[in-house]
Amino acid sequence: MSSLSYLVSRLLQIIPTFLLVMVVIFLLVRMLPGDPAIAMADAKATEAQLELIRQKLGLNEPLVMQFFYFVKNTLSGDMGTSILLKAPVLEVIIERIPVTAFLTLYAVCLSILIAGPLAFVAALNKNGGLDIAIRSGFQVGLSTPVFYIGLLLLTFLAASLRLFPVGGYGTTFLQHLHHLMLPALTVALYTSAIIMRNLRSAVIEVLDADYVQFARSKGLSRSVILGRHVLRNAMISTVTLLGLSIGNLMSGTLVTETVFAVPGLGRLMLEAIFARDYPLIQGLTLTFAVMVSLVFLFTDMVQAWLDPRLRLS
Amino acid sequence: MTNQNESLLQVRDLTTTFHSKGRVLRAVDGISFDVRAGEVLGLVGESGSGKSISLRSIIGLARDYGTVEGNVYWKGEDLLTQTDKQLQCVRGSQISMIFQEPMTSLNPLLTVGLQIEENLKAHTDLDRRARKARAIELLDMVGIPSASSRLKDFPHQFSGGMRQRVMIAIALASNPELLLADEPTTALDVTIQDQILQLLLSLAKDLNMAIVLVTHDLGVVAQTCDRVAVMYAGRLVETGSVRDVLKRPQHPYTLGLLKSVPENMPPRTPLYSVPGTPPALDALPKGCAFAPRCHKAEDVCLGTKPPLSVLGDGISSACHFTADIREEVLA
Repeated sequence: MSSLSYLVSRLLQIIPTFLLVMVVIFLLVRMLPGDPAIAMADAKATEAQLELIRQKLGLNEPLVMQFFYFVKNTLSGDMGTSILLKAPVLEVIIERIPVTAFLTLYAVCLSILIAGPLAFVAALNKNGGLDIAIRSGFQVGLSTPVFYIGLLLLTFLAASLRLFPVGGYGTTFLQHLHHLMLPALTVALYTSAIIMRNLRSAVIEVLDADYVQFARSKGLSRSVILGRHVLRNAMISTVTLLGLSIGNLMSGTLVTETVFAVPGLGRLMLEAIFARDYPLIQGLTLTFAVMVSLVFLFTDMVQAWLDPRLRLS
Repeated sequence: MTNQNESLLQVRDLTTTFHSKGRVLRAVDGISFDVRAGEVLGLVGESGSGKSISLRSIIGLARDYGTVEGNVYWKGEDLLTQTDKQLQCVRGSQISMIFQEPMTSLNPLLTVGLQIEENLKAHTDLDRRARKARAIELLDMVGIPSASSRLKDFPHQFSGGMRQRVMIAIALASNPELLLADEPTTALDVTIQDQILQLLLSLAKDLNMAIVLVTHDLGVVAQTCDRVAVMYAGRLVETGSVRDVLKRPQHPYTLGLLKSVPENMPPRTPLYSVPGTPPALDALPKGCAFAPRCHKAEDVCLGTKPPLSVLGDGISSACHFTADIREEVLA
């Protein structure tokens, strides 16, 4: 099977996922307690006014019809109007996507930069002092709640030392890097702890593998052995884990973006939930599902690129 | 031209110990042997007798896991005192190694072409083009059909026997003078085993390459080796020319091994096996390690380790009662 047909087949697999996600979103939102019409209208609205709103939102239609309209509209790009922001959901979301995408990618890069080298150092000093120090350090990162680390970083690096802004996003690329440093780092500390542990044990395992011993017996230099033979093989399992962590990381943006006042999808989601903004919740959930699916797709592609047994079988 | 009697590799008092949870495992216990240019030396013994560890100790692959002591002289230099960086020039170019498991010894993520060429890149001045040509030549030499079209293939696209051939091609890429072969045929089908052994022998002859062949199969030794060294519990118990050792074994363990080779037996004859099991490496007996399994053992065997002593005819044996064994065989 060629790489292209692998990509196509993998893309087709996404379609049923999306359908399922849409069913789940649709049902979940309708199972939320509370009446969106009441949330939308002001407190003094009469029953007639509420009824009008329900009709406008199509809330009186049978569920099946509601679902049909939901799918049809979503596919044509119409996700309704946000009750909270009084603007088309699609527009609101598209405006915020870059922020969350930037934050997520930033956090992933930081995680890799932190976890990768340290995992190698730890693995090469297996059970030595450095290894134990690195592992204990990450243990702290792993066992501390994300929002708590975020608050600590905010207090010391932003409020006291004034190295970083306490919130916002900025307008240029460099400003983005500067503004999102703390939220990205907060998330990265957790993610890198997971990646470090996995990569460390993968490296230890691969170092003992027959093909690495054979590579050593060929008289290859240490850098070639580590870079070409050990890293690539150790990465296979870690890439899967990284993909899964990115999924986690995205749901984590709800907390991070709120703590750091980042105008991204996560904070918007929290606001939408508090406002019972059905259309916006639906749109955001679908957006997160699409983003996570794309991440998994990308993860699979990276794995296929790494491992010929996957793309050639 | 090297003198046939001159030793290429001299192993002296090689000892490899592993430390695990406060216990000391003595996997190789003071072995000494020579390998002459162009000869095939068989290193025989049961599983866990230290054969593979001996090979890995010679080439510096064991010291990451344990302590390696003694001397391994290669062209006058002691390999054991060299750093990994110094050893890089010897490994793969002068001394190569092939492993038991062709399924796991090739990197699954890299094409076989790359895995051959990285050896050439490390040890020769050939440019990209010449390396590719040499890689094709090597695959051709080890008997892989349509070699040029297979450079871009990955290990999983080859059968076990073919992978072993690829491994041989990689090991021989830079014309080594010595090949350390760690049970190269154990994992293969019997029919393929023979092909691979014949291939190794003919290549060794063509390239004037010496081989240390680790095996537990005396049949393989009889077919392929010039000399044989028998290992038991980390020590050499008998060395000599294949003809002498197989015909007139001096050590009861060698005799036991020979007796357990099923050959020319009538059907339904119970197979012979040496009674008992090898001793644990962290609890080796004070005297001869084989004594608990040996029907000849007496008090002296339990108290004193017999040294490997030359008996004439180029045979050396480590047994207190070599003369008696000889009589038993001749009887």
